[in-house]
Amino acid sequence: MIDVPVSATRPPSANRSTAGRRILGLHAWLTYIFLYAPIVILVLFSFTTDTFGVRWTGFTIDWYLRLARDTRMINATVNTLWVALVATIISTVCGTLLALAMERYRFRGRNGMDALLYLPIVIPEIVMALALLAFFSFAFGLLESLTGIKLRMNIWTVIVSHVAFCISFVVVVVRASLKGFDMRLEEAGADLGADPQTIFWRITLPLIMPGVIGGALLAFTLSLDDFIISFFTVGPGTNLLPVEVYGRVKRAITPSINAISTIMLVVSMALVFLSQFVQRQRD
Amino acid sequence: MHVTNTSAVVLQQVTKRFQNVTAVDAIDLDIRDGEFFSMLGPSGCGKTTTLRMIAGFEFPSSGVISLAGAQVEKVPAHLRNVNTVFQSYALFPHMTVAENIAFGLEMKNVPRADIKPRVDAALAMVQLGNYGARRPKQLSGGQQQRVALARALVNRPKVLLLDEPLGALDLKLRKEMQIELKRLQQEVGITFIYVTHDQEEALTMSDRIAVMHQGKLLQVGSPTEIYERPSSRFVADFIGEANFIDGVVTDIGAPYCTVRASNGLELKGMLQGASSVGAAVTIAIRPEKLRLTMQAPENVFTLAAKVEQVVYIGSDTRLTVRLSDTITLDVWEQNNRSTLDRDAYWQRGEQGFVTWNPDNALILTA
Repeated sequence: MIDVPVSATRPPSANRSTAGRRILGLHAWLTYIFLYAPIVILVLFSFTTDTFGVRWTGFTIDWYLRLARDTRMINATVNTLWVALVATIISTVCGTLLALAMERYRFRGRNGMDALLYLPIVIPEIVMALALLAFFSFAFGLLESLTGIKLRMNIWTVIVSHVAFCISFVVVVVRASLKGFDMRLEEAGADLGADPQTIFWRITLPLIMPGVIGGALLAFTLSLDDFIISFFTVGPGTNLLPVEVYGRVKRAITPSINAISTIMLVVSMALVFLSQFVQRQRD
Repeated sequence: MHVTNTSAVVLQQVTKRFQNVTAVDAIDLDIRDGEFFSMLGPSGCGKTTTLRMIAGFEFPSSGVISLAGAQVEKVPAHLRNVNTVFQSYALFPHMTVAENIAFGLEMKNVPRADIKPRVDAALAMVQLGNYGARRPKQLSGGQQQRVALARALVNRPKVLLLDEPLGALDLKLRKEMQIELKRLQQEVGITFIYVTHDQEEALTMSDRIAVMHQGKLLQVGSPTEIYERPSSRFVADFIGEANFIDGVVTDIGAPYCTVRASNGLELKGMLQGASSVGAAVTIAIRPEKLRLTMQAPENVFTLAAKVEQVVYIGSDTRLTVRLSDTITLDVWEQNNRSTLDRDAYWQRGEQGFVTWNPDNALILTA
């Protein structure tokens, strides 16, 4: 690349047309309104007294109090949190180990794996959902014909499915943190008498921890609000929050739905802030 | 010096191949206990690979490595009683300075009560007494270098390996650290193996120097031996400056041999190694061993020369003189006068006579 002086490529700001600046400024404002207006309306109408939740008729926290008594919704929330927690733990451990293997070692089939690793990220979610559904039907059928054991889709099939798409995201984030890792640090550890396990726990893991936590929080958020894959793999009898919300919206939008959505929004935002806070503490 | 006759590190026919490149080629070394030993050579000569094999980060393709008499070439790094100071320092960024230094002691299961005083002593030794609670990032390059040194020395290793540890420091700090390293080494009496491409650094600190080139060991000797009696043209050229004159041996005598240079001149010098009449050789003469005089001195061998270039650098005047169409020599003249008189200094175009003691003309066969 040729080093072009900055002034040659970019005219001084004083010469920029005022009209252009105004139009771009206005565009920025409109874009932000477009992005956030629906969310503001959602939050606002979770506090309205209007039963249909589409008009502002007065302030109430009644819908939130109702949620607290809604056992179906609470049950769905607990299930969803459980799925997200277990799927996050499994995909974080597997994803971190996979990232280490891909980044550090050469082994048979590594290049092919490298190419296929990101497929679950770009593949249409509906395709992934149908693939998982087909896989479970096939696997359960095979198991039954071989051993007579009858398995049905339940919360564990959802967990396995969430792990399947979360791992790729964890690998991407952890690999990024491994890219800048100075291998001399591990050599220094060995030099000072640390065996390979100790090096991993005392040096490598603490240093890539921001990446691991980032990957885990991403996996948790993705699992928490996943609808399509959950819907296809949950089977009857298990209630999950996004599926429950979808079921209720089909009947009627009520401020209760707005309220639960607002809670989910707050939780997701809190997780993002948490991950940023953790990473800043590390520095 | 704490040098004794026992060996700290012995390498026998150590070879390291990476795919089809031979990085280290059948090296034999015997490094003595308590010695400050340098491995010197241009980048890619195999010195760092040799060091990494002694540390245990690389395993030799063939050959034997012994530490304090025990064969270790297949022992992994964490089980060897050596410590390394890395070029990039490799301090653990998530630990404080004190935690960095304590790490090796923890790994050796030193009792907790003993760790703190030893860490404090190590910090005091490198003059960083109050820096224990800081993070490596908060220290300057020179301070990080000292922490890396303390982290290695606190373990009281048999051998300390240093991989161009001063490379990242500026010149002034580097000179200070050279003196300090030498002082430390004499104080603790640990064998230091020091890898560098800087010949001045190696000459300043070392008891002995090994010169490496293209994976091979060319010469091992004291700084004086390496400088005054280089065994090959490469060593003479790499350490210090030298004039080289190619020629053919015409007479093998004692103490001096005669060489006919390309322009027909017959020159006398000391033969290094063995040769025979008719063999192609190179004469090497250090520029500070040449004398340029206005009148031809009597009764000694001398050659007429014309001054082509004069560079005054304060302590020396560096002259380039021409002997013939094909031969020029660099002559360094020490400025041991104090005068502003222009005539006291050589001028371009002046005629003079170059003289040298044939003891200082080394006839090199390699």
